[in-house]
Amino acid sequence: MPAAIRRLVPLLWLGPAIALIGVVVLWPVVVMVQSSFQQIGGEGFVAGYNGITNYRHLFNEPDFVPVLLRTLVWVVVVVAVTVLISLGLAQLFHQRFPGRRVARWALIIPWAASVMMTALIFKWALDPNVGVINVILHHLGVVKQLGSNQADWLGNPTSALAWMMGVAIFVSLPFTTYAILSGLQGIPRDVYEAASIDGATSWRSYLAVTLPLLRPAILVATLINVINVFNSFPIIWEMTRGGPGYETATSTIYMVELKQGDVGQSASMSVINFLLVIVIVLVYLSTTRWKEQVDR
Amino acid sequence: MITTTKPAQRLAAQAGAAPRARRPLRTWLIAGAAYLVAILFLLPYLEMLLIAGRPNNELGQPTILPSHFTFSNFTTLWSGSGLGGSIGTSLQIAAGATVIVLLVALPAAYCTARRRFRGRGAFLLLVLATQMFQPAAMLVGVQREFVNFGVPPTLALIIINAGFNLAFAVWILNAFFSSIPVELEEASMVDGLGRVGALTRITLPLAAPGIVTALIFTFISAWNEFLVALTLSLGESPSQQPLPVAINNYIGEYSVDWGHLFAAGLVATVPVIILFAFIERRVVSGLTAGAVK
Repeated sequence: MPAAIRRLVPLLWLGPAIALIGVVVLWPVVVMVQSSFQQIGGEGFVAGYNGITNYRHLFNEPDFVPVLLRTLVWVVVVVAVTVLISLGLAQLFHQRFPGRRVARWALIIPWAASVMMTALIFKWALDPNVGVINVILHHLGVVKQLGSNQADWLGNPTSALAWMMGVAIFVSLPFTTYAILSGLQGIPRDVYEAASIDGATSWRSYLAVTLPLLRPAILVATLINVINVFNSFPIIWEMTRGGPGYETATSTIYMVELKQGDVGQSASMSVINFLLVIVIVLVYLSTTRWKEQVDR
Repeated sequence: MITTTKPAQRLAAQAGAAPRARRPLRTWLIAGAAYLVAILFLLPYLEMLLIAGRPNNELGQPTILPSHFTFSNFTTLWSGSGLGGSIGTSLQIAAGATVIVLLVALPAAYCTARRRFRGRGAFLLLVLATQMFQPAAMLVGVQREFVNFGVPPTLALIIINAGFNLAFAVWILNAFFSSIPVELEEASMVDGLGRVGALTRITLPLAAPGIVTALIFTFISAWNEFLVALTLSLGESPSQQPLPVAINNYIGEYSVDWGHLFAAGLVATVPVIILFAFIERRVVSGLTAGAVK
């Protein structure tokens, strides 16, 4: 076979994958960028190009900057708390104890179940009149009166965001814990033995030996969580729809809400979300030198 | 006796005296804490069962447990709104996406695991990028593309779910193919199996755990996918909507049919939780392999 044709052989194997990625990922990016410069009605009718009008309108929306700041807080708080709790959970589930398999299985349930259903359970549990969380808090004396404003956690933007962050952390814990667990399993035992001979206590050896060796696992888990939490839609959508007003909306929710009125402006919000994801990924790739390792 | 103890226990033993007496207590403290965490993770889904099985006239009462359990929400689920149709639609989407992912990912993963060629790194980077860009980030583009071409929602959802789950399948299959020695394939080719025979009788069976993991993972994530399904099938009749979208039809403008909603929710979640238990141990490697490699 001539060298030129030989070089094309891998294309036969990779072709279908590249075609699928092209149709589902690459072409939509082109359509999205194009739409962001068009005037499009709610029904999807394109009235023509309108330059940067969509972006100008978007930047002038009074909600735009608050939504971006809220998204930043949402991502940082949810991911940071998730990773911290997961470090503890992974340590716990790494120990040997009777019934470990069953306990680990319970841990994966929020991961396997649809996030939308989990969000709806919490929406019900926070119902001001009959929700089980409010009923328990009422018994404990935290909620003075069922059906009061105090019991309407999702009606107040601050408490609504706090509860929704809690749900987001809850559904992110299983994957993060499992990722750190698999990191723990990769640490050879003699490392600990060396540490214990040197007289390190459990806590010291965790800080000095375990944590540095877990660095790759924590980095990857953090990146995947940042992407997931940034794009998270079902929790806020089901629990508050981003309301009241846009006071609990993150940028993904805001983009979906805009789409119902002005597709062009929603597309420009999409482009901004997309650029933010690219920035996150580039920062990650530069910290881990991904490419060198793939070509090893 | 110390020679056979585990490292963690050895550290604990060093921290205090009387290791023999402390070890069982420590194990049970750990077990107790782990069971507590497990129950906390299970509780929300038990609550779903409690509401689905609650008599409808008790839904307005602030009690934690229902007076008795009833199956009426489960039996009346199937009349009317077309939940059976939604399950069929969701099955079509999840199964269709799974088949496409396997057909597309198997050759790509095999080729990148076995050959070193120009563009291999670029291809793997492209796959990693698709894992990073979820449909939410490009929803407007996805929607306008498939609507412009007039693709019916179910077919569109099959293709979209396949595309966004491709990365996981490529990574996990790549890892499995890489772990199978080339010599094994060469030996069986020499033994007269030929290239195709070596592939179908040696390589694929050895990669079976990876294939099953990719298959179940794709199925579950297509089954659970909500945002694109909601966007593309909002105007369809309920039986043409995927299950997660159809479940939202129990949420009315002024009231929510929580009993039926959670009964349908159990139908949607229990099967995938059981499926997920099969791939539990391998799924992390599929999600993180791309980013660590």
